[in-house]
Amino acid sequence: MKNIIDTIFANATRAIAFGVLLLLAWIFTVLFEHSLESLQAFGFDFILEDKWAPNLEKFGALPAIYGSVVSTFLAMVLAVPVAMGIAIFLSEIAHAKLKTPVGISIELLAAIPSVIYGMWGLFYFVPIIRDVFGGVGISMLTAGIVLSIMILPFMAAVTRDAMNTTPDILKESAYALGATKWDVIKDVVIPYAKSGIIGSFILALGRAIGETMAVTFVMGNVHKISTNLTEPATSIPVALANEFAEADSDLYYSSLFELALILLVVSFVIISIAKFYFLRRKRVGQ
Amino acid sequence: MATIVEITEEKALEVKNFEFTYAGADVPSVKKLDMPVAKNSITALIGPSGCGKTTLLRSFNRMHDLYPGNKYEGEILFKERNILLPKEDLIRLRIQIGMIFQKPTAFPMSIFDNVAYGLRLQGLKNKTELKDRVEKALQDAAIWNEVKDRLTHDANGLSGGQQQRLCIARAVAVEPEVLLFDEPTSALDPISTGGIEELIVQLRERVSIIIVTHNMQQAARVSDYTGFMYLGELIELGRTEELFVTPREKLTEEYITGKFG
Repeated sequence: MKNIIDTIFANATRAIAFGVLLLLAWIFTVLFEHSLESLQAFGFDFILEDKWAPNLEKFGALPAIYGSVVSTFLAMVLAVPVAMGIAIFLSEIAHAKLKTPVGISIELLAAIPSVIYGMWGLFYFVPIIRDVFGGVGISMLTAGIVLSIMILPFMAAVTRDAMNTTPDILKESAYALGATKWDVIKDVVIPYAKSGIIGSFILALGRAIGETMAVTFVMGNVHKISTNLTEPATSIPVALANEFAEADSDLYYSSLFELALILLVVSFVIISIAKFYFLRRKRVGQ
Repeated sequence: MATIVEITEEKALEVKNFEFTYAGADVPSVKKLDMPVAKNSITALIGPSGCGKTTLLRSFNRMHDLYPGNKYEGEILFKERNILLPKEDLIRLRIQIGMIFQKPTAFPMSIFDNVAYGLRLQGLKNKTELKDRVEKALQDAAIWNEVKDRLTHDANGLSGGQQQRLCIARAVAVEPEVLLFDEPTSALDPISTGGIEELIVQLRERVSIIIVTHNMQQAARVSDYTGFMYLGELIELGRTEELFVTPREKLTEEYITGKFG
């Protein structure tokens, strides 16, 4: 009797676990199926074409890809140094009494729904960008800044957790050789936590590249490649959020699905790299 | 009061009326302790868990300062200065008084860089000099032959015993005057333990050594002097061969004959 229950339970949990894989495959299949028309119409040129003209039935993904890459890159450049600073402060420098409240508030910030970052960006940052850098304020630069603020708490929290795994005894060994706090951080803590830190950056990158609500408010959805960061732009998720409602032709609809497919594949690759390469468990005994 | 044997050698360290209280604790973990440490010899500290031997050891290089709120009282004299004064330069102190820990603590870098670490911290940049001193330290730690062909490999690839000898090489590379060993073999197998013990005995010619150990046989095998601590106090300090054969304190006798601990 016991054995039967065990078997049923084992198979039930196995079925649920495989269900997740099925779900992933299903989503992929649906996206692929709906993209077919666009894939057939444009082929590989879809990625290289920089014109997105629904009225001419001409669709190219390059401006959206460019926007996704540039806004994410801006976000990373702005967020990485700040996140490192916060993580170092929280794991190595802050007094125990400060660690907990600051750590908790960072985790709370990470839990804010991204639409709120978007609204805040629109009403607070857009005017500032307009006054300081010119343009209309709704721009690639604004999107990059809002994104960086959005991924910052998550990045800082995971980086801090990675740094906290450095054994005290290892740090003490460096102090025992006459190292200063800075020496210990740069020679022991950061190298020891390196793969976890890089993993957290890549996970944050994955979040930034797929982020929709926070940037939809401040990016403008203009399919145009411009090197001027203060001009409106678009990204894959921004285009998807804005245009599905107005997709009036099959090809338009299918092109949006192909954009989604590209985003799914890119995010999938990024998260896989982070999870399987950088965030795997350390070997036992290390 | 503690029974403390007369030390005939020059003294490397002298503990006077020393008390140590951990942050937030009401009672001191080490109480009113006086203890001489002989130069170029090995002093073992034994006693049951929680007796304060590691706490005392970590006071010699002010390791407790890494955690806020800990309190020292009394004096520890080293090179005619009281190292417990706030003005003590901890970086210089920790170069002069090195430490080896319970577990091997190879840094996440190459074997060479591990041993060169302390030297580089002191600003030594000359490549040939670095190379010479790393080689000498590895030879002193009896590990040169095992690692000379793989100095650029990650130190974490070495076995536990090899890593602990690497840590000893790293500590002797900066030429300290005193070395503190905090149960250095507790994570090692008997053969590696034997190797480390042999090494500690050899090192005595150049440094003064204090070793905390849970293992009374180890204290008997390697040390010249043994101190027995109990409940934060030093009960007896004697020549090792005398302390284990003819202890003068009743508590010491009970401990070494296994009546408690």
